[in-house]
Amino acid sequence: MRPSRPPTNPILVRSCTASSCIGLGVTQTLESLLAGRSGLKACEFESVAIDTCVGEVPGVDGVALPGELAKFDCRNNRLAELALRQDGFLEDIERAARRWDPRRIGVFIGTSTSGILQTEIAYRHRDPVTGALPADFEYAGTHNSFSVADYLRHRLRLDGPAMVVSCACASSAKVFASAQRMLEAGLIDAALVGGVDSLCLTTLYGFHSLQLSSGLPCRPFDIARDGISIGEAAAFAWLERPPGNMDSDSILLLGVGESSDAHHMSAPHPEGLGARLAMQAALRAAGLDAGDIDYINLHGTATPSNDRSESQAVTAVFGATTPGSSTKGATGHTLGAAGALEAVVSAIAIRFGVMPGGVNTARVDPTLTAHYLRENRRVPVRRVLSNSFGFGGTNCSLIFGRPG
Amino acid sequence: MTLVAYVNGLGLLGPGLANWRDAAAVLSGKADYAPAPTVLPSPMQLPPAERRRTGRVVKLALAVACEATTSADVDPATLASVFTSSGGDGHNCHELCESLARQPREVSPTRFSNSVHNVAAGYWSIATGARGPSNVLCAFDASFGAGLLEAMTQVAVDGESLLLVAYDTEYPEPIHAKRPIPDAFGAALVLTPHRQRASLARIGLELCDGPADVLQDPRLERLRVSIPAARCLPLLRRLALNESGTTVLDYLDGPRLALKIEPCA
Repeated sequence: MRPSRPPTNPILVRSCTASSCIGLGVTQTLESLLAGRSGLKACEFESVAIDTCVGEVPGVDGVALPGELAKFDCRNNRLAELALRQDGFLEDIERAARRWDPRRIGVFIGTSTSGILQTEIAYRHRDPVTGALPADFEYAGTHNSFSVADYLRHRLRLDGPAMVVSCACASSAKVFASAQRMLEAGLIDAALVGGVDSLCLTTLYGFHSLQLSSGLPCRPFDIARDGISIGEAAAFAWLERPPGNMDSDSILLLGVGESSDAHHMSAPHPEGLGARLAMQAALRAAGLDAGDIDYINLHGTATPSNDRSESQAVTAVFGATTPGSSTKGATGHTLGAAGALEAVVSAIAIRFGVMPGGVNTARVDPTLTAHYLRENRRVPVRRVLSNSFGFGGTNCSLIFGRPG
Repeated sequence: MTLVAYVNGLGLLGPGLANWRDAAAVLSGKADYAPAPTVLPSPMQLPPAERRRTGRVVKLALAVACEATTSADVDPATLASVFTSSGGDGHNCHELCESLARQPREVSPTRFSNSVHNVAAGYWSIATGARGPSNVLCAFDASFGAGLLEAMTQVAVDGESLLLVAYDTEYPEPIHAKRPIPDAFGAALVLTPHRQRASLARIGLELCDGPADVLQDPRLERLRVSIPAARCLPLLRRLALNESGTTVLDYLDGPRLALKIEPCA
């Protein structure tokens, strides 16, 4: 369809962190993955009365934002702040940022619902006479999609290009593409990328209305899978152009592939056409063949239709032997944060030599031909492809790997 | 670092501005600006079942995207796209928040599907069969600048033609009081990496620190500052005048976008 382009230049992942229901920071996340632990529990969030399971991050309500940034106070930005404080990430990136002109550091964050929980709650406290929202309701700092990127650029005093990518559940995979292009163009020298999405009523009741959420902890690729479990997460990576003298244990973003299904707003293409285009584009961008990928972190939402179409797409590109798994049985589907969370899981797989087996899956659906891992494999992992697909038929595949 | 792209086609729809031709006449001073409520056409590109489900934000985005690709004489299926909006579909958001504040809580599945920020990009892809990369951005009042920067970076780095669509619609009350966008405004540009027969102008973009240009006509200036997507108007005025020059567009509270515009004709 489009002329094939030369591979893109790799980008260095200097530092990364992730917080979800399976752990705050990389160490806890790794421990949970190695233990095959799921963080999904029966939903007790807010006033939600749905028979479903969620991946709630403990302690978000107790996080205090710096006083001068009070206008950003909401669950989503508290979750962002909590994640920043793990793994020494805040100190790492403050050190890294000092090496560059803050006007040449980008902030690109994916989210689907931002701080809309504030608005949902505010609608229960409207003035009985005028219908007005409470006076202290702050739209720009909380509800607006940009609020999380705006919070982070103020929090970290970064003055370069900034935006939120909001492409449903592919949002925080696509931020890697934007950062890679701006680094390649020479507009910026470094970028904070990531994804932050927090529990809210819109997604819990919305997926329930579409009959896409499960009553049990979600079971990706299982023969009895019956829907997603919604989770929340914040995950970040600091990206730079690689230095000339790169360590052999560095982790690189090797390629990004993006596509659109052009099929349906809330259902994937039945044969996974868009997913296939995204994976093929990522391989082309990385200058790799399918056989160069050791492990696939699947989108694997555990809806019957997603897993069927993704399995077909994966089999079309990789055949039936490349091992893959979905970590959503552990973390839940963290929606706009899933791309970045699973990018960090990919980095963990490479750094610690583990292909995490998918938890909750009792019996793999025999009609799904992709090779689905249920047990951890402790083996050297050089290259990982991670899939993220979203409503609107938007698809993004990322490839991470070691140099060379 | 200068990013370069060529503008091959434009679309525009806003209060008292029915299309790019009308808007160009107003922006170049050949016609008076007469503000009037924005009239949104039904998106005839969509199948009837999909068309019934679309709200104002989809109608607006598809109208300007269609005008731009038609005037550029390009098959929209071949274009990558960048959509940018400061807030998505405000009416749909309001309806969802109302239904979540009531008991029993009953959410419409269609309203939920349409609540994603990339709803217009999704319908555009369905309507045109475009399977290329599509990005959907938000940067609050800086959304047009973020979209233009992302689009021109993509054109320069990927070397492919791209459709940029910037659009905003109003929220109803009670959110309107907190985010008072008065009406719908959208603009679309078809950008290409190399000069083509359809090219209208060459744009060079750099980040800068200076203040954004304002419009002399107070009614147009009110439009520029009241709807984020209309922050594009100083650029579109240059294109309407078809004359060389530079203009600074609003972006974030730090960086702004310095544009050098050179007509091709």
